[in-house]
Amino acid sequence: MLGVVGLWVKDAARFIFPLSAAASLVLAVSSVLALSTAPETLVLPLGLPDLPFHLRLDPLSAFFLILLGAASAGISLFGTGYFRHLEDKTLRLLCLEYHLFLAGMALVMLADDAYLFMVAWEVMALSSYFLVTTDHAIPDIRKAGFLYLLIAHVGAIAILLSFGVMQGGHGIGAYTFDAMRNAELSSFWASAAFLLALFGFGAKAGVLPMHVWLPEAHPAAPSPVSALMSGVMLKTAIYGILRVTFDLLGTQLWWWGVLALGLGLATAIFGVMFAAVQADMKRLLAYSSIENIGLLLTGIGLTLIFHVYGKDTLAALALIATLYHSLNHAMFKSLLFVGTGSILHATGERNMGRLGGLMRKMPWAAWLVLVGVLAISGLPPLNGFVSEWLLLQAFLLSPGLPNDYINMLVPVAAAVVALAAALAAYVMVKFYGVIFLGQPREASLERAHDAGIWERIGMGWLALACVGLGLAPVFVVHQLDRVAQMLLGVQLGNAANNWVFLTPVDIERASYSPLFFLLAVLGVMLLTSLLVRRLYHGRVRRSAPWDCGFPAQTARMQDTAEGFGQPIRRIFEPFFKIEREVPSPFDMHPHYQGRSEDRLWYILYQPLQHLTEKLSAMAGLLQHGRIHLYLTYTFVTLVVLLLFV
Amino acid sequence: MTENTEFIFAILFQLTQLLLVVLAAPLLSGWVNQCQAWLQNRSGAGVLQPYRVLHKLFHKDAVIAYNASPLFRATPYIVFGCMWLAAAIIPIIAVDLPFSRAADVIALVGVFAVARVFISLAAMDIGTAFGSLGARREMLVSFLAEPALLMVLFTASMISHSTQLPTIVDTLAHHQFVIYPSLAFAALAFVIVLLAENARIPVDNPSTHLELTMIHEAMILEYSARHLALIEWASSLKLFAYISLGIALFTPHGIAEVGNWAGLPLAIGLLLLKLMLAGAGLALLETVSAKMRIFRAPEFLGTAFLLAVLGLLIHFLLGV
Repeated sequence: MLGVVGLWVKDAARFIFPLSAAASLVLAVSSVLALSTAPETLVLPLGLPDLPFHLRLDPLSAFFLILLGAASAGISLFGTGYFRHLEDKTLRLLCLEYHLFLAGMALVMLADDAYLFMVAWEVMALSSYFLVTTDHAIPDIRKAGFLYLLIAHVGAIAILLSFGVMQGGHGIGAYTFDAMRNAELSSFWASAAFLLALFGFGAKAGVLPMHVWLPEAHPAAPSPVSALMSGVMLKTAIYGILRVTFDLLGTQLWWWGVLALGLGLATAIFGVMFAAVQADMKRLLAYSSIENIGLLLTGIGLTLIFHVYGKDTLAALALIATLYHSLNHAMFKSLLFVGTGSILHATGERNMGRLGGLMRKMPWAAWLVLVGVLAISGLPPLNGFVSEWLLLQAFLLSPGLPNDYINMLVPVAAAVVALAAALAAYVMVKFYGVIFLGQPREASLERAHDAGIWERIGMGWLALACVGLGLAPVFVVHQLDRVAQMLLGVQLGNAANNWVFLTPVDIERASYSPLFFLLAVLGVMLLTSLLVRRLYHGRVRRSAPWDCGFPAQTARMQDTAEGFGQPIRRIFEPFFKIEREVPSPFDMHPHYQGRSEDRLWYILYQPLQHLTEKLSAMAGLLQHGRIHLYLTYTFVTLVVLLLFV
Repeated sequence: MTENTEFIFAILFQLTQLLLVVLAAPLLSGWVNQCQAWLQNRSGAGVLQPYRVLHKLFHKDAVIAYNASPLFRATPYIVFGCMWLAAAIIPIIAVDLPFSRAADVIALVGVFAVARVFISLAAMDIGTAFGSLGARREMLVSFLAEPALLMVLFTASMISHSTQLPTIVDTLAHHQFVIYPSLAFAALAFVIVLLAENARIPVDNPSTHLELTMIHEAMILEYSARHLALIEWASSLKLFAYISLGIALFTPHGIAEVGNWAGLPLAIGLLLLKLMLAGAGLALLETVSAKMRIFRAPEFLGTAFLLAVLGLLIHFLLGV
């Protein structure tokens, strides 16, 4: 099934992207069917001598394959238009890497033994590294790519170690996931495996201290690739955490949940705070992805806490909220990233300070991106609101946990989630307002052209998914129930018998119906506009903007991206490392520069870098390039070994 | 009474309230302004002044900037629709409102957010200095006010084990005059949020003419005629919604229950009294306080947020 995706490599790259979109769609649809069937397994006669490749398609992997298929269908359609202008050699290489990347991700979700999982994981990491460094002539991009590669591999080592702990020294046959499911681990070793997995997958997802590669690598990659990385690849890490925690490890401990919850909340607030002060549109979206990963981890933490304390219905609710949000994020974040691709094509500009007023130049892109912006801001009746609603419901239902301290932690956590969600709306108003609204800040923007037909189709598909996921929550939750059934052994169930109202627990408790909601808002709006026109008149006169009668209005007087983020920078000042160059009042050509950087880079990464450099300098002392010296080393080692053995 | 007739009556109730709020909302704004005038020793323009203003604005020709996009023209209708809906789903006279099933308290906060995001985007659409300034400040105020409001609503829904407004109000109304300690904190937070979200002193001044201190007014500078009328109407609907939400959460006593027709006149009378008192209280608050600098506003709203979280914690600690 997935082989189809990765196969076409040779010529006619032009036709490959639409074909791959169709294949992704087939993948998504067949995965929807696979959700309701029993897990299927397959053993391929490939791989290590004692460890052939095991594949397994169960509801969890089916769900993530749906996510992969649905998002990559839109992205590939967009890519058809986006990559058209590349020269042939680059295009063919990119086409190969792109599909290897897709196949790698699909394999990660299908793998049923640690070896195949790690192979697929590496295929995914390496192909995405090459995709990030498509424009490798630019030094900054090479640097970003290296950072990504480095952190991806530190993470991969942790994941490998985690699998090692879980197989518990039972030989190579124990590397299948089935053996791990049956292994009895003491709580110490289970915790070690969980922590290693959390670290390893967290590095891939961009969880707090390992987030630094995200805002570097996402802007460096071509936009459809950023969309794939942010929309889908980050979810493979979420998949990994879920797979290890709920499927492979038999027991869970309550403090894992608290750890994940705390880490998730910190990541969410951190991400959204930094998103608010960015001036580069793709960096802004990258930080926003960090925020969303934080929310997902919060959901996983909540699921763990509920699950450990036996509140299974609530655990199912929190898990479904998490999965729903993964799906939503895949859709709207891909939409926004490919939207920035259209803008890049039209203007060649990533800095929001040089954009503006694009709504009049590229209406298609503007309206489609608006859907994504409203969805990610968590506004009803779109999809972002549904998952936020479900997550908050899970928080609200929490009282009654046997641990008093956790009981007190939960409302505070809910407050932080609410704060992050509200800040996300701030960020998105800034993103959309500065880029698409207002007046063009540069004269060159007058020549901007709208998105091409393929780009429109791709964005349209993703926008449609945002609307559809928002309007049909009952159907989606009903499907997600199967994943909850598999991981937790319970399902919400009663969502199925009422297709209009989403009622997670019971109707007296909470219900939400986006369809009624939309109809009511639209009805009220139409009624108002009809009445206003009928009773009065619809005359409109055009004139210059009023702006309080201020005559010398220029485009430079609008809020810039930095200006819009200034309140956030000021409120959360201690978290930023702020550098400012302010011109003197007598300067005839004043030049102002301000930078807000991540303190963690200086606190955590620079010392690590210095330490590494020192250690490698010490190791360098051993190296002199003379053969007799190396022979002496070998001799001494041999003697020491002989003495010991 | 059979299920069906009950449902039809509930729908009738809903439609009545829909009509009532939209007609009565400007009256409440007029009442607040009149109270303020009295407190400041002016004679005031009368409680019907907002209607006259709306009538005047609807009659004029709309003037729109050359570069305004369709978003700019659609926003007044979206904002008006959202606020109308918000005011219509809060139980004020009777608890059985069928539409409340479609949108609970979290969705109510969502409705407010939709209106806010659209009006901020519209403010940035023309590309004037004041417009984007207003949008930035509006989002600044709201990103702190919105979680505080959510926490207030959470406290109420924790007490009543529901996020449905009718259920919340029903539960709270049946505890005769017991003051929940958690709700006391929540009420304080709610008052601050109400002031901030409705652009009242001390966060914003609804009657200011000084552009540099504006928040809400700066965003709607470019609107005129029927668009401006809709936005003004929406503002009074928002004030109405917030005040009736406050009444529903903190003094729901006397609200008519499901199918209780005899209690209706009393419920309407009590509601009028409560609305008048709340409006007068708002006018008093605005008269005795001065407007803050914009960067004091986050501290003010941060206080509200903390108070609301404290209320929620107290609910968890005491279990009531």
